[in-house]
Amino acid sequence: MITLQHAYIVGGIFFAALAILSALDRANDKRLRNALFWGLLAGSFWGGSFIGDLGNGVLALGLVTIAAFGLGQGKPATTSEEERRASAERNGNLLFLPALIIPAAALGGTLLVQHTEWGPQLIQDQHKTLISLVLGVLMAVGVLMLWTRPPLLAPLQEGRRLMDSVGWAAILPQMLASLGAVFLAAGVGDQVGALFSEYIPGLDTSRWLAVIAYCVGMALFTIVMGNAFAAFPVMTAAVGLPFVVMALGGDPARVCAIGMLAGFCGTLMTPMAANFNVVPANLLELPDRKAALNGVIRAQIPTAIPLLIANILLMRFLAFPGE
Amino acid sequence: MLVLLGIGVVVLGFVLRANPLLVVMAAALTTGLAAAWTPEADLQVMYAAAVGTLATFGKAFNDNRYVSLIWILLAAIGLLERSGLQARARIAIAKVKAATVGRLLWVYFVIRQATAALGLTQLGGQAQMVRPLVAPMAEGAAEAKYGAIPDKQRYLIRSHSAAADNVALFFGEDIFIAIASILLIKGFLETNGVIVEPFDLSVWAIPTAIAALVIHSLRLWLLDRSLKRALAAKPAAAETAQ
Repeated sequence: MITLQHAYIVGGIFFAALAILSALDRANDKRLRNALFWGLLAGSFWGGSFIGDLGNGVLALGLVTIAAFGLGQGKPATTSEEERRASAERNGNLLFLPALIIPAAALGGTLLVQHTEWGPQLIQDQHKTLISLVLGVLMAVGVLMLWTRPPLLAPLQEGRRLMDSVGWAAILPQMLASLGAVFLAAGVGDQVGALFSEYIPGLDTSRWLAVIAYCVGMALFTIVMGNAFAAFPVMTAAVGLPFVVMALGGDPARVCAIGMLAGFCGTLMTPMAANFNVVPANLLELPDRKAALNGVIRAQIPTAIPLLIANILLMRFLAFPGE
Repeated sequence: MLVLLGIGVVVLGFVLRANPLLVVMAAALTTGLAAAWTPEADLQVMYAAAVGTLATFGKAFNDNRYVSLIWILLAAIGLLERSGLQARARIAIAKVKAATVGRLLWVYFVIRQATAALGLTQLGGQAQMVRPLVAPMAEGAAEAKYGAIPDKQRYLIRSHSAAADNVALFFGEDIFIAIASILLIKGFLETNGVIVEPFDLSVWAIPTAIAALVIHSLRLWLLDRSLKRALAAKPAAAETAQ
């Protein structure tokens, strides 16, 4: 059976190859830092289960230290703009097909595990979509290698070209999830709840006030944490459940569903949501990609704010069925 | 109350524009130390708290490796780019005469939101679709209509391409019952003694999804208007800017 561990081995191979190729890239004056960073990440994928909790903590600290010194941008050899245009003319719309292999494999693998008897014996049920996605990537690379016949190292070198443009932001989501675990262990959520009830009088008597406090709180806390998933348990335990639901009679399913979406409005406005707002700015080579409010975030704010107001209105008028 | 210092560290790091990875690590250690601090705590206690926090962080870091595994798909995306996928997307869109930036992004938005609502969140994405396809197509649509476009509008179009993907994904995926956020809500409510079915949650994501569609459609219509105002004045050049 293919398990998540196998997928991690593939991930480790990818990052280890990035490390070796980075070390050999003389065009990158920070090549050793890049090599060390991607090498440590490869070590995490291969050995994370064997080095203990503290060992993983030290590994994360190592990644942070290297990133703080700054990574460089590798310059692997790739095709020229003219060669790409010629290939586009030659291959036509067939080029679109390999791009669809990955989502098709992710979906197909998931359905296989869900709806066949032998599917779960082939792919670990718990992580079916992720494992299928990895298989899809391997299939797409295989098809492209056979079809376009690039140099043997091309998938790794092209991957490194893009990976270096993403840079340290690649591991920020994983780091934020870990920060959430530390917050939970220290009881940060309970403290936030105590603060709200202390400083917002009328939170337990006014539906408007409680709904606004919960939705705006979700958005603001998501802006800080960069992730609505991290904000949701904290803000819902602090305001959503005790006030909007318990004290004022909100329906828990409706309050929580709309509350999460209010948090998503915050995700649209924060550079802390690196994979959604910083990674595309890097991938699209925006000149202001290092700014706190880069072009992507500025394009999203005028949608996010009206939508947050819409969520407040929707929760106020839909979440109290007894009214 | 001291444990809230960690949130303060995140905000401070954000204001000082420090490296976010450094900020996250500092916030974690601050929170762990603040939770252990008492007036009697000596150096040994605090050292133990720091080590304990690092271990908590490390365990979660290891458990969440799958979040970073997704990057291996850059190997496939890079190969596609090498073979001229972006160039092909530009050629394809240049042939569609009715395509404007706003209409193209609107079509992508609707498809992205609808497929995300069916659980097909992997069909789009910044690395998978926006960089190799959507942004080049949107730029191509503008170039076909107005000729060479200045950098300011080029980056605006790219930013809107990324925004269309994000907004459509966020406010589509929650309609699907087996998505992570729905499962998180269900699990959270269960620990608090409230049993809900995923369907009860996902159905209440629909009103917000409609609101997002209406608001963002208006935004894209306004984008077309502003591009027209900025670009239509200058003569259309035959060659494209590189």
